[in-house]
Amino acid sequence: MSDLHTVNKSPFEKNSLDTCLRLSKAGSSILLYEDGVYAALAGTSASDKITGALADRKVYVLEPDFRARGLKADRLIEGVEMVDYAGFVDLVDACSKVQAWV
Amino acid sequence: MSDKKQFMFLNRRAPYGTIYAWESLEVVLIAAAFEQAVSLAFIDDGVYQLVTGQDTTGIGMKNFSPTYKTLGDYEVRHMYVDKDSLEARGLSVDDLVVVPWEDWETEETVDNIVEVVDSAKLAELLEESDVVFSF
Repeated sequence: MSDLHTVNKSPFEKNSLDTCLRLSKAGSSILLYEDGVYAALAGTSASDKITGALADRKVYVLEPDFRARGLKADRLIEGVEMVDYAGFVDLVDACSKVQAWV
Repeated sequence: MSDKKQFMFLNRRAPYGTIYAWESLEVVLIAAAFEQAVSLAFIDDGVYQLVTGQDTTGIGMKNFSPTYKTLGDYEVRHMYVDKDSLEARGLSVDDLVVVPWEDWETEETVDNIVEVVDSAKLAELLEESDVVFSF
């Protein structure tokens, strides 16, 4: 089973996402939550990072955090999946462990 | 020389992930109550504070974004938004809150005090300020 990586920092402010993408392996899953959700938006200077990761990893975004920030689903990068809290739990359950990039 | 100082509140953090945005808003309201000349600037992730349509029902936190719309009523006269920060995030002024302003004595009105400015203008505004509060 693969790992679940979580990122909760804005890609514009911290390098948590960069390090996560550098050190996570193909086949693993990445969940963006809290300020990490900004990385899931298309048309930003950080969009290419997630687009690149989608080639060999799955990327998820936590919907309550996404909605709290006024972000629109139609601006999500194609291929990023929205999950709710139950979906977060399912991901944790399906993966061998959780690696948090705080 | 007047006792009124030019206060600038510099907002560089996204809302909700940290407490900075909310704390800034609290201090802005206090400063405005003391009849100082209060301006706000939104730079870097701070521009996300002004995005419309925030809905915090799913995260159990207070949605403080409606407060920005009322800042004109608290005598806040300028809300500057850094153009480069907006563009890097794929945002435009259309994604941001509209904040009207009215001078109750002269009845002068401004439809929207939210203004997108470039780096040169922002540098000038920061230099002209008497006090800069950073959040």
